[in-house]
Amino acid sequence: MNSTVSLPTQAVRPRRSAFTPARLGVYAFLISVSAFFLLPLYVMLVTSLKTGPEVREALLFAWPRIPQFGNWHEAWSTACISVACDGIQGGFWNSVRLVIPATILSVFLGALNGYALSFWRSKWGDILFGILMLGAFVPFQVMIYPLVTWFRMGGFYNTYWSILLVHCIFGMPVLTLLFRNYYVSVPHELFMAARIDGGGFWRIFLQLMLPMATPMLIVATILQVTGIWNDYLFGLIFAGKDNYPMTVQLNNLVNTTFGERRYHIDMAATILTSLVPLLIYFFSGRWFVRGIAAGAVKG
Amino acid sequence: MARSSRPRRLHLALNAALLPLAITTLLAYVGSVLWSIRISFSNSKMLPKDDWAGFAQFERLFETERWTVSLQHMGILAVVYIGGVIVLGTLMAVFIDQRVKAESWFRTIFLYPFAMSFVVTGLIWQWLFNPGLGLQHAFREFGWTSFTFDWTTRQDLVIYAVGLAMVWQGSGTTMAIMLAALRGVDEEQWKAARLEGVSKPRYYWSIVMPQIGPAFATSFVLLAVALVRTFDVVAIMTHGGPGDASEVPAKFIIDHLFERNNIALASAASVVMLITVFTVLTPLLYWRSKVQARLNTGH
Repeated sequence: MNSTVSLPTQAVRPRRSAFTPARLGVYAFLISVSAFFLLPLYVMLVTSLKTGPEVREALLFAWPRIPQFGNWHEAWSTACISVACDGIQGGFWNSVRLVIPATILSVFLGALNGYALSFWRSKWGDILFGILMLGAFVPFQVMIYPLVTWFRMGGFYNTYWSILLVHCIFGMPVLTLLFRNYYVSVPHELFMAARIDGGGFWRIFLQLMLPMATPMLIVATILQVTGIWNDYLFGLIFAGKDNYPMTVQLNNLVNTTFGERRYHIDMAATILTSLVPLLIYFFSGRWFVRGIAAGAVKG
Repeated sequence: MARSSRPRRLHLALNAALLPLAITTLLAYVGSVLWSIRISFSNSKMLPKDDWAGFAQFERLFETERWTVSLQHMGILAVVYIGGVIVLGTLMAVFIDQRVKAESWFRTIFLYPFAMSFVVTGLIWQWLFNPGLGLQHAFREFGWTSFTFDWTTRQDLVIYAVGLAMVWQGSGTTMAIMLAALRGVDEEQWKAARLEGVSKPRYYWSIVMPQIGPAFATSFVLLAVALVRTFDVVAIMTHGGPGDASEVPAKFIIDHLFERNNIALASAASVVMLITVFTVLTPLLYWRSKVQARLNTGH
């Protein structure tokens, strides 16, 4: 039931050389779909490198006459978000400050849950796990207002702690499932041997099971870093003005500007915001896909 | 693994370890859902009240035009987004499965939008749809003067613009899930089918598709959950407009919680969404678990 989704790997297959019309059709389809996927990225890139007048005069697809990397610098450090004119660098650092602790904490909790649920079976642990798995399907909207009220009662609504906690709460179902499925596949003899050697609950976890789950730790970290970095709604509602993540700052930069819109600066800021997850995606490759597969096992 | 065999110390450790899980599950998930349901039966406006209003909020909700319009838009998106992603994602997976060269390039291109925030997706497509400077302008300058791509300014088409952006962002995930499933299909079947004179499209349609039913179910579940949560891309790309032509339920709820100070109505709306999700998903998840169980015992 919890078989891990196997990755699309390239099997060793005999090479076909003949180019038939059908083969051409296959490539024509794949290349035109690729164009559909790449076009927005290309347009975003060239727009961010044009001058203001050039955006209005030249064609959308046209390569910038002289690439204006100054736009990126402006979006980063001097563009105005309503009255404050320090660009989106503040949002960037807010996101960094949030993503690192939130990822570490939520992944650690997910691993701990997975470990406790698979090796130390207890009745109420299983019940909690069942409820949490149903929780994965609850629309966010249902939970937001009660959480806001309780956080307010606790006196930490609209603070750093509130957004940190929210990401731990909403990350828990997938992460717990991820690690539980992983630990279920670990031979039970290994655990028993550790028990016989006198390992206690925490020692077996910290010294044996946590390091052993390194692949899952990588997958979970990628999942959380990109997920938290890309979040907008929770940051908007829970983080408070001083902690607005980069996505919220980006939207404020683009959508609350008065006067003439400066599309080249908007696109430069958009690129800067997507840079972190894109770099993770391009460099992590297969690990990223494994995260999707892990999420897909959900339910 | 009998309970009684565990020393007291270990029992304590286990309970301590499961505490975060218990608090998250019982308070953040179960508690908040129950409280939202409770509020939906009250007259709460800006602050929660303890009174009892029966189904008055639900009646009001379905008399509110903005809500019924939001539901219609979600219906359109269900077809455009879920349908579009499943068709495009499956096609991409099938074409990639034809032993193409540069397979990993195509996979990388199809999946990268998923790594980006909905904020980024929304802003890029907002720019492409810009009637004065976007794609429409570019194609007209090329000489295709009748080309129109101004959906975001038109009440009847704006929701399709949102759908298009969502398909662009989400198709790669389904492609990855489908590709993993296709790689699990026994290739001998194609050899046998070819001897019988079965064409390739026919082979995929009649022989392969029925075998990857669980993958379709998985994709559908993920897409349905994402659809109900749709907020960011609308809030950023169109702000729900023009008028209320691209309002969606999640945005209706957030707006009524935080701007219109009508938390009982918002809670009633969120309860409706909760019921919708579980009505649609329960039979599907049940079916999928049965198929999975059959597959596991069969092999």
